[in-house]
Amino acid sequence: MVAPHVDVSNDEHAELLACRSLVTLRINGRETKLTIAPWTTLLDLLREHLDLTGTKKGCDNGQCGACTVLVDGTRINACLTLAVTKDGSEVTTIEGLSAGDQLHPVQKAFIERDAFQCGYCTPGQICSIVGLLREGRAKTTRDVRELMSGNICRCGAYANIVAAIEDVLTEASHTPDGEREP
Amino acid sequence: MKNRLIGTSVPRKEAFDKVTGRARYVDDVSFPGMIYGTTVRSKVARGRLRGIALGPGIPWDEFVVVTAKDIPGINAIHLINDDQPCLADGVINHPEEPVVLLAHPDKHLLEKARQAVVLDIDELPAVHSIEDALAKTAVVWGEDNIFKRYTIEKGDIAEAFANADVILEGHYETGAQEQLYIENNGVIASYSEEAGVTIWGSLQCPYYIQKALIPLFGVGPERARVIQLETGGGFGGKEEYPSMIASHAALLAKKAGVPVKIIYDRAEDMAATTKRHPSRTVVRAAVMRDGTVVGLDIDFAIDGGAYSTLSQVVLSRGLIHAAGPYSCPNVHILGRAVATNSPPHGAFRGFGAPQSIFALERHLDEIGKYLGIAPDEIRRRNFVKPGQTLATGQVVRDDVDMNVLLDRALEAAGWGDKKARFAVENREEGSVKRGIGLATFLHGTGFTGSGEKFLASIVGVEATADGHVRVLAASTEIGQGTNTIFAQIAGDALGVDYDVIQVGQPDTAFVPNSGPTVASRTCTIVGKLVETAALGLRQTLLGSGLLEEPYSSEQFVKACSAYVARSGELRAYAEYKQPPYIKWDEDTFKGDAYGAYSWAVYVASVKVDTLTYEATVEDFVALQEVGKVIHPTLAAGQIEGGVAQGIGWALYENVVWKNGRMANDRMTDYIMPTSVDLPPIRALFAESPYSYGPSGAKGIGELPMDGPGPAIVNAILDAVGIGIPRIPATPEVVMEAYLANTSVTRVCRATEVARG
Ligand code: FES
Ligand code: FES
Repeated sequence: MVAPHVDVSNDEHAELLACRSLVTLRINGRETKLTIAPWTTLLDLLREHLDLTGTKKGCDNGQCGACTVLVDGTRINACLTLAVTKDGSEVTTIEGLSAGDQLHPVQKAFIERDAFQCGYCTPGQICSIVGLLREGRAKTTRDVRELMSGNICRCGAYANIVAAIEDVLTEASHTPDGEREP
Repeated sequence: MKNRLIGTSVPRKEAFDKVTGRARYVDDVSFPGMIYGTTVRSKVARGRLRGIALGPGIPWDEFVVVTAKDIPGINAIHLINDDQPCLADGVINHPEEPVVLLAHPDKHLLEKARQAVVLDIDELPAVHSIEDALAKTAVVWGEDNIFKRYTIEKGDIAEAFANADVILEGHYETGAQEQLYIENNGVIASYSEEAGVTIWGSLQCPYYIQKALIPLFGVGPERARVIQLETGGGFGGKEEYPSMIASHAALLAKKAGVPVKIIYDRAEDMAATTKRHPSRTVVRAAVMRDGTVVGLDIDFAIDGGAYSTLSQVVLSRGLIHAAGPYSCPNVHILGRAVATNSPPHGAFRGFGAPQSIFALERHLDEIGKYLGIAPDEIRRRNFVKPGQTLATGQVVRDDVDMNVLLDRALEAAGWGDKKARFAVENREEGSVKRGIGLATFLHGTGFTGSGEKFLASIVGVEATADGHVRVLAASTEIGQGTNTIFAQIAGDALGVDYDVIQVGQPDTAFVPNSGPTVASRTCTIVGKLVETAALGLRQTLLGSGLLEEPYSSEQFVKACSAYVARSGELRAYAEYKQPPYIKWDEDTFKGDAYGAYSWAVYVASVKVDTLTYEATVEDFVALQEVGKVIHPTLAAGQIEGGVAQGIGWALYENVVWKNGRMANDRMTDYIMPTSVDLPPIRALFAESPYSYGPSGAKGIGELPMDGPGPAIVNAILDAVGIGIPRIPATPEVVMEAYLANTSVTRVCRATEVARG
C-alpha cells in the first residue's frame, strides 16, 4: 500500500487558489503589471503569463542554470525566485538582448563560435555571460570556467562557450563601450 | 561534383533562433483548450496490482482519469517484443511503472491529485543485479530472466587456451548513466475522430512513435501523425521513451476531447526514463609472452531492466565491439541481456559498445602490465590490418593503419615526455600522482548487419515555388547538426549556395521514413540518400530545358521556380540500397556487421590525489578516422561533447539504486561535469573516404563515448599502479581498490600454462 499525501482539503485549496498578489516589473524595457498567485516563480511568470518562452526550465530547482535571467543587471535563477520578491525590478531575458535582427555581441559570438548544439541551455548561458561581463570578475580562462559552472551544458559545448566569452572580453577591452548594458 | 560547402564550417541552420530564444521547444508551445497530464507510478519494484483508489480531498469529477481499460487497442508500447505495457494492468515490474494517467487544466491541483491516487499492490520478490538475474534468485521475465543470448565464434578457442603462455582473467563493471539532456522529455497530443492522434514533441524518431500509436489505438498510419519540435538534446534518451509519453498523452487527449501536454519534471525524467545499460564483463585472454593475444573468451552481460525494449540491439552492438580493432584469431563471446526490476534501460550514445570496449581496453593494460609490455606496444602487436578479419569474420576493407593513428595520438598527447616526467615526479613526496593512459577502438556506422536493408530508408528533396530546395527526411535535429549537414550535402550535390537549401520539419504526414536518428547513421546513411535524391532533382531540371550547365546558384533558383510554376511540383526520392559486399548472418553473428567503421585512439592524462582518492582528467586527446569531415566545427563539437559525457561516465556519474529506483534523482546528487571539471579536449581527425558515405563520410557521434572510460582508468593504473575494475571511478571506488591494493593479479588471474 502506498499512502496518499493529501494535506490540503478541497476548501483550503480553493482558498489558496483565490489568493492573488499584484506585481509590477519592467521586463525587457516594458512596464508589466500582473496579478499572480504569490508562489509563482519568475520563471513561470515569464513563460506562462507572458509567453516569454526563451527562458528555459531544465530542473526548476536551481541546479542547471537554463532559467538564468538578469534582474537589475544581476544574473539569477528565475526558477528559484518568487516573482513577488522582485516587485519593481528591471528584468532582462534572452528576448530583450537582441533588437530585431540586431544581435547582442554575446549572441553574435555564440554563432561565430558555434557555442551550442541543442540550444536548450543557450538562453541561460547567454544571459549568464552578460551578467558575468558586468560583474567584471573574470580575468582568466579558469575564472570564466569557474564563474560559468552554474550553467550546465549536457551537449558539452563548453570549449566553444568559453571561446565566445573570451572573444567578447577581448573586444570589450579594445572598445570600452563595445558592451551594451542590458 | 565539387565540394564547396562540405568540409567547411557554415553557420548552423537554426543558429539565429537558438541564440535569440525564438526556437520553440515542446514546453514553449500551447494550444487553445490544452490541459496538462501526469502519470501515477507504481513505486513498488515488483508486485500484483489489486486496486486503484482515488483518495479524498480532490474534486475528481474535474479530472480526466485513464487506466489500462481505456486503451482502445493493444496495451503495449510496440517496439520489438511488445512486452512492455503502456499502463500496468495487474502486474508491476518496476518502481516507475505507469498505472494511472490524470489530466486537468491546473498543474498545481494535478500534482495534488497524483499524490492522492492510492495503489493497492501486493509486493513480490524482485531482482536488482545482473548476478541475481543470472542466478534466478527470482524469475521476473520469461523462464530464466534472459531477454536475449547471442554468441560470436571465431577460430578454435580451446586450442588457443591450451597452447598459450599465459591466461589472464579480469572482471569489469560499468554503471548506469542518465542521458540528462537539459530539456526534459515532453509531448503534446491531440485527438479527433477524423484526424486520429497527432503528437508534437521532443523526440529523435518520429516513425517509432507512429508505429507505437497504430496498435495502441487500432488505427492506420494516416491517423497517427507525429511532428518533431525543436529538441533539447537526446543522446539516445529520446529514441524509444517518447513512444511511452506520446501514448499516454494521446490516451488522455482522446478521453479529454482537448489537447493534453505532458512534460516530465527533472526528477521524473531521471528516475522513470531510460538510462545506459549497466554491464559486467569477464574477459579471459590467452596470451603469448610477446604480448600476442591468441584467444579471447568474453562473457558480456547487460542489465536491461524490467522489459526487453531495445536491449537485444544494445547487446548485439556491445558484442560486436567486444573484441575491438584486433586480429585475435580465436574468439568466443557470449552475450546476455538480463531482466531486473528497474525501469528499462535504453539507448544512450554508444549503445552497448562503450561497455564492452571498457572491459577489453582495461584488460589489455592489465595484460601488458603483467608481461611488462607498454600499453601502446601491446596494442601494436595485436592491431587488425586491412585484409585481416574482425571477430565476426568481417574482412577489414577500410584503408586504415592503426599504428599511424596511434603514433599521431601519442605525439599529440606528449606520451613519451609525460611518461618520463610522471615517473620522476611520482617518486617524490606529495599525495598527487599523475598518469597517462590510452584506448584504441573502432565503432560501426549505422545499423548492424542487414538492419539498414530492412529499414529501406527513403529521403526526398522538393523544389519550393520560390525556387528553394527542401530536404524531406525523418531525421531529427537534436543539436548534432542534421539540418546543417543535410544542407551542405544537398547544396554541393546541386552546386548551389547553402541558403538555397531548407530542411523540412520532421512530420510523418510530410516526410518519408528515412529511419530513426540513431547509431551515427544520419550523416552517412541518410546523408548519402540526400545526396542521391538531390542529384536526381538536378537531373530532372537539366533534362527539362530550364537549366543548362554551367549554372549559377541564382540561375538554379530561377529554373526551380519556373519548373514548379510549369509542372506543379518537382520532387526526387532516393531509397537505401545496401552495398553489394555486405553479407551478414543474423543467427551466427558472422559476416559484415557494419558497412564501415570509424577508428580511434584516445589518450587521457590524469592526476590522482592519494589522500582524497579523487581522480581528475588534465588533458585529453581524441583522434579519429571518420572518412570525411563534412563540417569541421560540428564534428569537433560532437567529439568534445561526447568526451565530456564519457568523462562523466568514467569518473562522476553514479546512479544510486534503491530497490530498483534511482535514488539520486536530482542534478545536485547526480554529478556530471561542468565547465570547471573538464580538461582541454583536443579533437583530431584523420580522413580516409568511405565510398558509400556522402563525400566519403562515416559516423562520428557515438565514437567519443567509447574511449574516455578505459583511457582514464588506464591512466589511473599508470599513476598509482591500481587497476580499477569498475566505473564510475568515484573516490569511493578508487579508495576501495587502493586500500585493497588491487594489483594485476587481483583484477586478473594469471595462470602459467604447463607446457608439455
Ligand atoms: S531551471 Fe532554474 S536552474 Fe534549472
Ligand atoms: S547546447 Fe545542448 S545543453 Fe547546451
